[in-house]
Amino acid sequence: MLDTIFFYVFALLTIGGAIATITRRSAMHSALSLIVSLLGVAGLYLLQKAEFLFAVQIVLYIGGIMVLFLFVIMLVNLDQAAKERQFNRQWLLGLVASVLVGAQMVWMLNSAGVLSLPAAVPAPAATGPGNIEALADLLFREYLLPFEVASLLLLVAIVGSVMMAKKTS
Amino acid sequence: MDMLQAILAHPWFTPLLLTALIIGLFPLVAGYIVLVERKVLADMQVRLGPMRVGPHGLLQPIADALKLLLKEDIIPEESDKALFWFAPVISTFTALSAFCVIPFASGVYVADVNVGLLVISAMSSVGILGIVLGGWASNSHYSLLGALRSAAQLVSYEVALALALLSGVMAAGTLSMAGIVRAQQERHIWFIFDNYGLMLIPFVVYVISAVAETNRAPFDLPEAESELVAGFHTEYSGFRWALYFLAEYANIFVVSAVAVTLFLGGWLRPFPNVSWLELPFNYGFPALLFLLIGLGSLRLARKLTWRPHAIGMTGVGLFMILLAGVVLIPPVNAVVSSPFWFLIKVGGFVYLMIWLRGTFPRFRYDQLMNIGWKIMIPVALGAILLNAIVGMLRIS
Amino acid sequence: MPEGYLPIFVFMVVALLFPVVAIVAAKLVRPSSPFATKLEAYECGIKAASSSRGRYTVRFYIVAILFVIFDVETIFLYPWAVRYQSLGWFGVAEVTVFLVILVVGYVWAYKKGALQWV
Repeated sequence: MLDTIFFYVFALLTIGGAIATITRRSAMHSALSLIVSLLGVAGLYLLQKAEFLFAVQIVLYIGGIMVLFLFVIMLVNLDQAAKERQFNRQWLLGLVASVLVGAQMVWMLNSAGVLSLPAAVPAPAATGPGNIEALADLLFREYLLPFEVASLLLLVAIVGSVMMAKKTS
Repeated sequence: MDMLQAILAHPWFTPLLLTALIIGLFPLVAGYIVLVERKVLADMQVRLGPMRVGPHGLLQPIADALKLLLKEDIIPEESDKALFWFAPVISTFTALSAFCVIPFASGVYVADVNVGLLVISAMSSVGILGIVLGGWASNSHYSLLGALRSAAQLVSYEVALALALLSGVMAAGTLSMAGIVRAQQERHIWFIFDNYGLMLIPFVVYVISAVAETNRAPFDLPEAESELVAGFHTEYSGFRWALYFLAEYANIFVVSAVAVTLFLGGWLRPFPNVSWLELPFNYGFPALLFLLIGLGSLRLARKLTWRPHAIGMTGVGLFMILLAGVVLIPPVNAVVSSPFWFLIKVGGFVYLMIWLRGTFPRFRYDQLMNIGWKIMIPVALGAILLNAIVGMLRIS
Repeated sequence: MPEGYLPIFVFMVVALLFPVVAIVAAKLVRPSSPFATKLEAYECGIKAASSSRGRYTVRFYIVAILFVIFDVETIFLYPWAVRYQSLGWFGVAEVTVFLVILVVGYVWAYKKGALQWV
């Protein structure tokens, strides 16, 4: 019961934040709505008993990537963009057309039998080791190679970002 | 009587009581930390500090709080009003929220989750947003530059902070704050002395990063008056400024509490498993401390000239002596000694930060950033590898 | 919701309401007499020459990007630290390989001057 209420609250945050992100005029307000949406996603992780992912979503996504976004928005003068029109004049026609296409796709998928959802099952009770211990056991035993490849990805990211941001001297 | 028992044993009793106590009392506590800071800095600079409002300035925080509440609220014309309103709320909210996983004693916490340390890390990451948005919303050059510099500083030292904490987590084997203290109790050692003293390196890295992370001197250039007026809170006045201030002191408390929990044994007294030391440490030390404070207050009261101040100080002295007596009663002692040790250690840490402020000149901004990236991060990484290898050797 | 998070949410709601209620309630006791000069941004009494929404140096951007990358690396290390004892020497070796690769990147960025603030 309480879980259902929390689910709807977080789902509302996620979707509402996403809609607000694309409809705001000011880039700053857009970024803030994205933060709200990411908070909703973090809450959804928590409801699935993935505590580590909940904390990491906030630390990395909101505390890292969104701070990066905000820096970029502040470093680049976006006053010009805020004064421009957000959507063109035919937005109502576009909305009707996408709703129709969406309904058509849903009808097609339904008649193919793909769309029947199983009954909702709550996340299994956390017995034994918690989320982070289980994650550690998997990450460092079975998924060892992806873990090491991730470090290579991070190395590429370091090299790429420093190259792109340095002046061409 | 039965109903009282039922209420006390209810699982929601401690969380709700602590929520009310922390959020209700912390503004007062923050005010008194400010008073302690002013008095200690004054002592280091051979002067007296606040003396007028209440005996020896003891009522100064209340006067300050009233003044800030009654000040006019100026919102600059060019600012982004919604963000201007919201930014200090974000800072205060995240700083206060970190309190919910801090254990004051065994069982005395709002919640003990499996990833408590990461929750605190998450709250401090989101706190950066409060500063950045505050600087942007004010629409003033000083504010924006101060906010950018402050955020860049916080972000640089956050990596070093997380890496330093990693060594402590390695020793504890869990991210839950209460679990970390229990691990220290089981292993009969405070983690700062673990691994034959090698844990001292991450501890020092943590202290330096924590001072930088809370924007305290000597890392407080983004707030320095000589540089940027007041940095990101230039345009904030009255109660909104008080909220930023509250957030800063809450951060100081949280960062000290994490250091105490992870490295200094949390709520455990020194030598927690040596049973014959319980009498001197749990009974003798608090009683002696309160007695000395009481006697010192009485002696100061004798030198005060103004009657009401003298009466007030005498009252404080007598109250402290009464506390010394109360602490000696065994049932009270069992309840009070753990939070007492926790708060004494946190207080020692806060004193250390005040001491650092009074002693060192501030770093220039490029020096600050260089220390964070070029010295703290390699030392922290090296400490992790060293502690990992030595720890494994010690276990096997 | 895993147990133990419900008190956290209650605490967070109260912590969110506290500043909001305090500011709104203080409105009743605050004086309010705005006039144009008082509402300008602070510039020692002179009118600001340009809007603060200008352009700033790119060094802040480099710092933020490097922060994201090193933060991801730190978060990768947290599960290992929690399971440090049961993963034994094998875990230490894996994490050493991980860190060596990243230290190579860090040293390269150091040499390139990306970590230099000036």
